[in-house]
Amino acid sequence: MNKLYKLVAAIAIALVLTGCEEAAQPEQRFSAVDITGGAWGKNFQLIDHDGQPKTLADFKDKAVVLSFGYTNCPDMCPMTMYKLATAVQQLGNDANRVQVLFVTLDPMRDTREILKQYVPAFHPTFLGMIGDEQTIDATAKEFKVFYKHQKPDASGFYTVDHMGPSFIFDPQGRLRLFISDEHSADAIAKDLRTLLKG
Amino acid sequence: MKWMNEGNLLKRVRPADAINTNRFLKAANRSITVMVALGLLSMPIHAATTSGTEKTSPSGAAQSVAITNAWARATVPGQPVGAVYMTIKSRDNLTLVHAETKAARQVQVHSMRLREGVMQMREQGQLSLAAGSTTELAPGGMHLMLIGLQQPLQAGSAISVKLTFVDKGKRQTTSMISVPVRPIGP
Repeated sequence: MNKLYKLVAAIAIALVLTGCEEAAQPEQRFSAVDITGGAWGKNFQLIDHDGQPKTLADFKDKAVVLSFGYTNCPDMCPMTMYKLATAVQQLGNDANRVQVLFVTLDPMRDTREILKQYVPAFHPTFLGMIGDEQTIDATAKEFKVFYKHQKPDASGFYTVDHMGPSFIFDPQGRLRLFISDEHSADAIAKDLRTLLKG
Repeated sequence: MKWMNEGNLLKRVRPADAINTNRFLKAANRSITVMVALGLLSMPIHAATTSGTEKTSPSGAAQSVAITNAWARATVPGQPVGAVYMTIKSRDNLTLVHAETKAARQVQVHSMRLREGVMQMREQGQLSLAAGSTTELAPGGMHLMLIGLQQPLQAGSAISVKLTFVDKGKRQTTSMISVPVRPIGP
């Protein structure tokens, strides 16, 4: 994680120093890690928990928060989802301009039916996203989210090592922010407001 | 609880332990306390329900474990797992060999750690409790993992968890604890 932060910070500094077009825009300050300019992750293609294929283009004019996890995760994943729900609730009427997507890293166990119960329980607008194993693997790799399924125990239960970051796209579909467990709901809400202002 | 301060036991308690014990007593009075004694079951339970007054307790080889601050986080529909946290203070060398609850198909001792941004969770099997030790089962670390929840854990409710300990002499004792369910959130 530290390496990633350093890399992100280095890229951000490089962008400022080289006076690229981003630096010419009005200054925006974020609590989350600013990864503006990252060209990856824009082409994800997943199925939502209602069975509808979705890409970033389906959430035009909305800020999109992409979070990774799995439902057999007892603590970190529900806490992240709770935090995102708290942040979205703080936005009032702007909440409908934000789409949170929970991408399962465990497509074998997390069926559409399970995600349809789990994800909206945190906030009714949240969508659970699935894909086949190859698609999930490719999506996680695209976002540089490490995950690894552990060996099942005698009862067949297994855990999934994983990173717990979320990524935020602005309403123009540009990848902008990286949030981790250290960023609070208040900070995320503030950052989302800034992104929605444009 | 006062058995900690008394009789022949006192001779073995260092001052620092005594201070910790007092803190522990205060915490215990606020929360669920379960005393388990091998062979002398009635004594600690009596003591556990008594606070603030000095009682004479039997001396001897009673082996005890005190569980405080037990809690579980509420879960949402579709979430098949939950986590139970607690503080376990063991007076003797004990091993937590088994845990079960009607709320879930299976209970395992799991460790959790964040390593270079990756959350890793592993089954620990049995949990060894050294004599005089305090073991914290807390978010981000060790916890009892409830696998196959029968239904979501509702904030404000409580679940019963049965814990089985074994001492060095292979003597086994069980303890039922009531675990209150707290809302999701910090």
